[in-house]
Amino acid sequence: MIEAVGLTKRYGDKTAVYNLSFQVRPGAVTGFLGPNGSGKSTTMRMILGLDNPSAGQVTIGGYPYRKLPNAPRQVGALLDAKAVHGGRSARSHLLSLAQLSGIPARRVDEVLGVVGLHEVAGRRSKGFSLGMGQRLGIAAALLGDPQVLLFDEPVNGLDPEGILWVRNLMKALAAEGRTVFVSSHLMSEMALTADHLIVIGRGQLLADMSVTDFISANSADFARVRTPDTEPQQREKLSAAITEAGGHVLPEQDGGLRVTGLPLPRISDIAHDADVRLWELSPHQASLEEAYMRMTQGAVDYRSTTDQKAGLQQPLPPGAQPPMPVPGQGQPGWYAPPPPQQGGQPFPAPQAVPVQAPAGPYGGAVPAPGAPAPNPYAQPAPQAPQAPPAPAPAAPPVPPTAPAADLTKPEDAR
Amino acid sequence: MAAAQVVRSEWTKIRSVASTMWTLSLAVVVTIALGMLISALSRNEFDGMSTRDRLSFDPTFISFAGMGLGQLAMIVFGVLVVSNEYSTGMIRASLAAVPRRGTFLLSKLAVATALALAVSMATSFAAFFLGQAMLGEHKASIGDDGVLRAVLGGGLYMTLIALFSMGVAAMLRSPMLSLGILMPFFFLISNILGNVDATKKVGQFLPDQAGSKIMQVVTPLDDDTPYGPWGGLGIMVLWVIAAVVGGYVLLKRRDAQ
Repeated sequence: MIEAVGLTKRYGDKTAVYNLSFQVRPGAVTGFLGPNGSGKSTTMRMILGLDNPSAGQVTIGGYPYRKLPNAPRQVGALLDAKAVHGGRSARSHLLSLAQLSGIPARRVDEVLGVVGLHEVAGRRSKGFSLGMGQRLGIAAALLGDPQVLLFDEPVNGLDPEGILWVRNLMKALAAEGRTVFVSSHLMSEMALTADHLIVIGRGQLLADMSVTDFISANSADFARVRTPDTEPQQREKLSAAITEAGGHVLPEQDGGLRVTGLPLPRISDIAHDADVRLWELSPHQASLEEAYMRMTQGAVDYRSTTDQKAGLQQPLPPGAQPPMPVPGQGQPGWYAPPPPQQGGQPFPAPQAVPVQAPAGPYGGAVPAPGAPAPNPYAQPAPQAPQAPPAPAPAAPPVPPTAPAADLTKPEDAR
Repeated sequence: MAAAQVVRSEWTKIRSVASTMWTLSLAVVVTIALGMLISALSRNEFDGMSTRDRLSFDPTFISFAGMGLGQLAMIVFGVLVVSNEYSTGMIRASLAAVPRRGTFLLSKLAVATALALAVSMATSFAAFFLGQAMLGEHKASIGDDGVLRAVLGGGLYMTLIALFSMGVAAMLRSPMLSLGILMPFFFLISNILGNVDATKKVGQFLPDQAGSKIMQVVTPLDDDTPYGPWGGLGIMVLWVIAAVVGGYVLLKRRDAQ
């Protein structure tokens, strides 16, 4: 049982972890998720007494780590797979750690067998691949046969077979009644491994719930429905009919509708009864990855900006179209784009949307649902309003990405 | 009990890396070989010396002439033993296993110092006997007044240099930074301060100059050093204690990075 209460860590004026309170219970794999730099490793180090919290405390079985009796036999940790003297063999490395905790030397060979490194035990760890390094780190964590296990990004650098192995190992350890706390930035991996999730962003707690709850709260199936763009009154009519039938309707940026709570055939029936033609009726599922990104998108520290390539490209001949970036792809809330069409929606005043729009994780703005969104395939405005003054043909007019530059403030970079 | 475990573990660590062997054997070879070379040269020069120089001729000290260079390898040994933990990140695993950081540091220093002491003593005796063999008829005997003290002192001096480096490395953590400070300090700054008249008084109290006093058997004629051989070693010990305590306090307080 790991318990954090009001855990806070500041490095100078940077706050890495702020007021974090959570419990990690035995008998389950608890996933610890967050974007890069969100404070996962700092939290792990504080659990192990390596860093002193600026405020609050974290205990294991009721004791702060540095006061825990016989700590290495109770807690095992993989913090950094590369934290090994490269000139030392795998066996010597583990032997020195075993001797530190009074663990008999034969246990070293046991764990080397468990992680599959027995054949390279005598080799210097300098030549190990990242995956072998991870295995060595996991072996070190298993040495004391501990009841509490911490793993910081254990699947980094492992091949699919190794990932499967780690996943099963975690589950097996938890099934034996141990406390298993695994950090990762891969939601998809945690969805398969963990029973419980703790999500942090910018050092603050975003979610603390079971994976089942997380899935049901965040990845409901939905249907995408589109009525003819030329007849907006049909859209209103269908919305009303679906709502009446007990469905939930969310307008999408391109004029489509996102319907939850009704199966697809039922939506078709309703549309038929309401005498509304459908241009699209398709099943979708919001992925966990997407739900996780939506949750953490405000808390991403490292955000990429569009590569302007200023001065690196030949100016386009006057009148030529600059290449269009594909907007929105990979962003939450973005789905198959509407086909290019004649008489599409007029391009709206772009500055109206980006001001209140949250930014997507890859640098684009996600227009708020329901807001008049720019049609990505419509004729772009000749000059992005927030782009720096530049020769009009060379400046890529990309309204959706323009606010990203504003969001990458220096205070975010750590 | 816990300390015994840590000592065993540190012994495993120290003997399982190649740098231990390399730095220590370099210290041995350089100290002995350079001492023999300078002893042989001094023997040839003795006849051409002035009476004044002959009076202060110190065969024991001459056979330790290689120590000025050999101590640099000892410094590298001391620095690497401690800072390896930091440069590899192993410190996090070590401190996670030994939450009582005082036990961890003191066990590590104890193991490394014991090893350094064994090597230094062997080096000191070997340097003395081989150096005297080179000096021929001008040689000193181990039974002469003060000679045994000087030879034992030579071993202690090298050990203390290693321990001082460990303390500094525990404070600075980075091997490059530690070596970048210690090497010029012992090789240049101490020599410059000790040879310029204005700063001689200060230079006398630096660890290496104070400590090396113990290896002198015949004091130079115009010697105005305010301490004797053991007093000098005492000053060096104070430096070493300051470095080790500094390293201990910082390790105890700081986050383990």
